[in-house]
Amino acid sequence: MRSVTTAVLAGLAALTAGALMSSCNKRAADNSTAANAPSGAAARAVPAAAAYPADNGNWEMPSKDYASTRFSALNQITPANVGKLGIDFTFSTATTHGFEAPPLVVDGTMYLITPWPNILYALDLTKPGAPAKWVFKPNPAAASQGVACCGPVNRGAVFSNGRIIFNTLDGSTIAVDAKSGEQVWRTQLADIQKGETITMAPLVAAGKVLVGNSGGEMGVRGWVAALDEGSGKLAWKAYNVGPDKDVLIGPRFKPFYAMDRGKDLGVTSWPPNAWKTGGATVWGWISYDPQLHLIYYGTSNPGPWNPDQRPGDNKWTAGVFARDVSTGEAVWFYQSTPHDLFDYDDINESILADIPWGNGRRPVLLRPDRNGYFYVIDRRSGQVLSAAPYGYVNTSTGVDLKSGRLQYVAEKEPKPGRVVRNICPASPGMKDWNPSAFSPITGLVYIPHNNLCQDEGVMQANYISGTPYVGADVKMYAGPGGNRGLFTAWDPMRRRAVWEIKEDLPVWSPALATAGGLVFYGTLDGWFKAVDARTGKLLWRFKTGSGIIGQPISYRGPDGRQYIAVVSGVGGWAGAVVAGKLDVKDPTGALGFVNATKDLPNKTTAGGMLYVFTLPR
Amino acid sequence: MSSRFRASFILLGAAALLAAGCSREERHSRSKPVGETVAAGASPDTIFPGGGTPPALDARARLYDNNAPAIAAGQELFSQMNCVGCHAHGGGSMGPALMDNEWRYGGRIDQIASTIAEGRPNGMPSWRGKLTDTQIWELAAYVRSLSGLPSKDAVSSRAEGMSGASPGTLTPHGKVQPSDTAQQQ
Repeated sequence: MRSVTTAVLAGLAALTAGALMSSCNKRAADNSTAANAPSGAAARAVPAAAAYPADNGNWEMPSKDYASTRFSALNQITPANVGKLGIDFTFSTATTHGFEAPPLVVDGTMYLITPWPNILYALDLTKPGAPAKWVFKPNPAAASQGVACCGPVNRGAVFSNGRIIFNTLDGSTIAVDAKSGEQVWRTQLADIQKGETITMAPLVAAGKVLVGNSGGEMGVRGWVAALDEGSGKLAWKAYNVGPDKDVLIGPRFKPFYAMDRGKDLGVTSWPPNAWKTGGATVWGWISYDPQLHLIYYGTSNPGPWNPDQRPGDNKWTAGVFARDVSTGEAVWFYQSTPHDLFDYDDINESILADIPWGNGRRPVLLRPDRNGYFYVIDRRSGQVLSAAPYGYVNTSTGVDLKSGRLQYVAEKEPKPGRVVRNICPASPGMKDWNPSAFSPITGLVYIPHNNLCQDEGVMQANYISGTPYVGADVKMYAGPGGNRGLFTAWDPMRRRAVWEIKEDLPVWSPALATAGGLVFYGTLDGWFKAVDARTGKLLWRFKTGSGIIGQPISYRGPDGRQYIAVVSGVGGWAGAVVAGKLDVKDPTGALGFVNATKDLPNKTTAGGMLYVFTLPR
Repeated sequence: MSSRFRASFILLGAAALLAAGCSREERHSRSKPVGETVAAGASPDTIFPGGGTPPALDARARLYDNNAPAIAAGQELFSQMNCVGCHAHGGGSMGPALMDNEWRYGGRIDQIASTIAEGRPNGMPSWRGKLTDTQIWELAAYVRSLSGLPSKDAVSSRAEGMSGASPGTLTPHGKVQPSDTAQQQ
């Protein structure tokens, strides 16, 4: 009987998908006011100079630089010769969890941080085959795996002042001497008993190690903390929900929009006490503007997913904070998704760029948001200069630039007792955590992302600390066109795609752009691809042993040659069906992602393996 | 999957044949005490050196396994206690799938009850002291039903919030019809 029901429902789904495609091809209106850019080199966006130092050939932080360009200035590998790119060496990470971290390379040594159990390897690039120099095992609690919503992943370590600094899944931040592999300090920050973990890569800026918690699906209270880089001692901690004093909101706080102004909005925009379990975690990316002395990061979804339990705007969830790096004081906030309805978490990367504006340039953040809009935001004030959809959106009609408010489509609002169908983008958003790359040569942002829609039913969630706080059943499927993933080259000035590549599977891998004119990314079934940065033409591909969700990098080896490196190892939310051995018979598995990746177990297997490529000698 | 369905059709057929001759399952009040602790001797499947045998099935198992009210009560608890957040409707999420045929810590009902009560090292919380023993056994009975282990006639066909393998997103909630009414029609 069940199979008959499934067949009928599949038919219905196909019908609705067809209707959707025919009636809704038009993208949501672009109501941007950004100046129409003239053509030519002066019309391009460029990285913020102070956050974009000259490339030293290393790869010392996941985002490459404070501007978060993920751009390598190395140019030996080009569209003309990339076809000859071949394997130099490989290394097994001895893990089968999703591998999201990039390798780091510092002066002839490569550092690899694995998913739980968060092993740190140092490989000697000066010797043939890159043998291990040392291995550091922090032994995080095994139980932390049980409160990690989307795989026990780690998004990377960072190198600073002779140390490798990283977070463990069970909530500590550790500094290790890069030469010896000895621990220098270790600070416990998160508490797994409350459902907190740490999966993000720390950022070191102005002598502070910036760390945030994960657990937006567990009803935790989100925060970002700054540790003293030398000692590991807590310098400041800012919560993202709760009273102003906890959020470090004071006289310097000047949000651009009226909707983000008022006293204790982190309390009053919630039902009584709901902020205490309100999410707003910091599990994604932090950028830093050394000139303005500000850090920028996005906050996660509110808890629980069921929006019916939390009437109000739910500050300061699903938005962007600018804070003083030294004190943590909030300087501005912009809520991209007030009263989030669909887990449109806003932790995505903020690329620091300076764009042509009038006769000069304007300092901005470039943000491909989960909610489907590519935002250009003045990074001094938080004013949204433009917000254009970079894929198919039907949950909102646009962003009102006067009020800053996302314009929801009422009929898509999930309410208990009914199921809402064809919610686009789905909960992982137009784009999830996997960061874009920004090339100053083309002025384009290369966005790896999803084309997914979903059906959703919500119900009352009970808060029990250390357990999920969600209250939603979700079933995802391919968006219009049938391809589940997209790789888009986006022109932030013209607010349109220059080219896009349709990928069958959701694209969960980050992107890398190089001065050689190439862009690299991977697919969930394990292909590592190089495409032409100007045209998107596929120039080279290599099938790795497992699906790729890791961050590709490029570095100059001790021999002066350019290398490309990536770790393959399927997992994370999109690859949970493989890494977690989930059962594809339940479409709601992995918060509904299983339904969209039912074929993945037949296409790839788990296993973290480093691949390093170079041109033939 | 298909073999399980085939098996279930055979079971259904057999159940229909036997229905007239069968007495209904034994029901007991939920408040009836069933013991102080859960799961003595409920160890995972393992080796018993010296030609040993597995410990006998816990005596309480017969009160819950294949027991429709226990399974239904467990189904309700499965959502209320947020089990569904980790294991979805059996397919798994942060926690492993429960509807497949892999049982890391044993698939006997007393072994499942032990897992719920004590927790397991890779993230399964310990519910001892948070749930009553009765509730833990009810949950264990429901967990077994996710993988089709109990006989089909014991598994609830009633809507208890979200149903097992078919999510609310797929199946509209029908009118609740007690099975007794169905039999009278």
